[in-house]
Amino acid sequence: MVKKREIVKGINRRRLLGGATALGSLAMTSKVFSQVKANRDNLPPNLPEWTPDLGPGVDVNPYGTPSIFEENVIRRNVPWLTASAESSVNFTPLQDLEGIITPNGLCFERHHGGVPEINPADYRLMINGLVDREMIFTLDDLKRFPQTNKFYFLECAANGGMEWKGSQLNGCQFTFGMVHNVQYTGVKLSDLLSETGLKPKAKWVLAEGSDTSGMTRSIPIEKILEDCLIVWAMNGEALRAEQGYPVRLVVPGWEGNMWVKWIRRLEFGDKPYMTREETSKYTDLLSNGKARMFTWVMEAKSVVTSPSPEKPILQKGVHQIRGLAWSGRGKIKRVDVSIDGGKNWKTSKLHGPVFSKSLSRFTFPLNWNGEELLIQSRAIDETGYVQPHIHELQKVRGLNSIYHNNSIATWLVNKNGKVENVRLG
Amino acid sequence: MFGLAKLFISTVCFLLCVCVSTYASERQFYLGKIATPEEVLGWDIDVRPDGLGAPVGSGNAINGEEIYAEVCAGCHGDFGEGMDRWPELVGGEDTLDTHDPLKTTGSYWPYASTMYDYIYRAMPFGMSQSLTVDETYQIVAFILNMNDIIDEDFVLSNKNIGKIEMPNRDGFLLPDPRPDIDVFSGTPCMSDCDVPITIIGKARDIDVTPED
Repeated sequence: MVKKREIVKGINRRRLLGGATALGSLAMTSKVFSQVKANRDNLPPNLPEWTPDLGPGVDVNPYGTPSIFEENVIRRNVPWLTASAESSVNFTPLQDLEGIITPNGLCFERHHGGVPEINPADYRLMINGLVDREMIFTLDDLKRFPQTNKFYFLECAANGGMEWKGSQLNGCQFTFGMVHNVQYTGVKLSDLLSETGLKPKAKWVLAEGSDTSGMTRSIPIEKILEDCLIVWAMNGEALRAEQGYPVRLVVPGWEGNMWVKWIRRLEFGDKPYMTREETSKYTDLLSNGKARMFTWVMEAKSVVTSPSPEKPILQKGVHQIRGLAWSGRGKIKRVDVSIDGGKNWKTSKLHGPVFSKSLSRFTFPLNWNGEELLIQSRAIDETGYVQPHIHELQKVRGLNSIYHNNSIATWLVNKNGKVENVRLG
Repeated sequence: MFGLAKLFISTVCFLLCVCVSTYASERQFYLGKIATPEEVLGWDIDVRPDGLGAPVGSGNAINGEEIYAEVCAGCHGDFGEGMDRWPELVGGEDTLDTHDPLKTTGSYWPYASTMYDYIYRAMPFGMSQSLTVDETYQIVAFILNMNDIIDEDFVLSNKNIGKIEMPNRDGFLLPDPRPDIDVFSGTPCMSDCDVPITIIGKARDIDVTPED
């Protein structure tokens, strides 16, 4: 019996490997798997090739991975953007995701000195400065506090930064993919601080990472006490190493750079620390040569994830325009969609759950007859803020900004169904 | 006697309560441990614009040239001009309001303290916190001197790093003025909107998107 089972397993393994190789070569010629033609031998009335045999058992893949047919759904980077891959960024494949949750392995990465490997037994969080008691916490200490579970988006302030002057990158992933949305498990900083106490003069916090870049940002105490978290889990499992394992800071609705990963220290002081990241970087240079500083909030934004440059329209008829919207000021109230470049708008269907400072999913039905379309989406949040056109941002901030481009993007759908990133003017 | 003792005890209690609520909050969970001064000293490496946190030490540009050439110039160039895609450290004066602004320590950074803090914590790239305190002051002095901010024999130290006047010290605006565009209070244009709909640029034509 055992021998027979091994033979069956062997056959399947060979078939899986063969499938993977075939898919690999297909991926070289086409980015979109759905464009690949079906094997007629597997279609009705024939018996599909996977039906007769046993597949891999429960002992084959103890930590599950996506189907080999999804190997195209990965983070991607733009090599020419940065001097080294250790101080660089990659992008979430938003065009391939559904709902509002970003799978852990697809959350975009931004590090300034690579990913440190930290044994959780060696992990310590120090709290010092203007507190009643300077203290040190282990990971186990942190997990014994009352816990909280919250969905939040994290967006890099430079998301869309390459698009300030004009359309540059031809992809949903590269123009919008510096955002992800997961459920965090952790402790409220206000609970943690009840242990250390706070001196009345404490007005600012310096959050410091323990990676080789020693990432540091200043955060005002009001925000720390309002909703900041110290977290150790995302989407139900321990943080991924590239997302700060074992512990990171969560600063809901504010730019991703402040969400210090591999956090080792919180220092309380009476003034901001003016670190490299909040002076030479993450400041917004205006056309008069002056720069805005401490522009923390990520304003309302939306993107159509399909159709998009990676998701062409393959045939005429009914389709669902799909997209994501988010706001650092609260909940998304409404998302409008236009197919004529913003001349006329209709309100899309907003799917639940709609959480504050979290991605929200919208859809809008489209009946395509082969005509050219200029697809846009426009988010409105609960404060009444309306996602702007790039011209409105450029009018106020000039052309030299890098960060905080939350403007409406335009996807041109060509008559052949191919989609591209264009700028209207 | 009994009455006096009671008064004494209640007075002590009262004072204790006042002291506790005024000077130290009460712990709720009794988790974590008190950090020793030595533990805090080892990790508390930040330096603030007013010089708070700057460790005792000093260095000038003359001494900084050698260590800079050894550990910085490989990426930033012998004269701070930048190599490959690694950043320039020098130049960029009068460019911030042009179409091609160059942000360097000299043209953009508002505080010398940030240079000390960043170089000590994060540089050389991939060998962070390997410089001595004096080496760090020397390198900062050398970069400041290349930017004509201090003389080559100026001795930079914990006593004066909070007083260096950087050229772009007043180049930053606070507070955040956003939302900085018209807010429609949820009633934006829905039909026949007056917007430009001519295609003026295509990412495909620029052709810098990575291919799989």
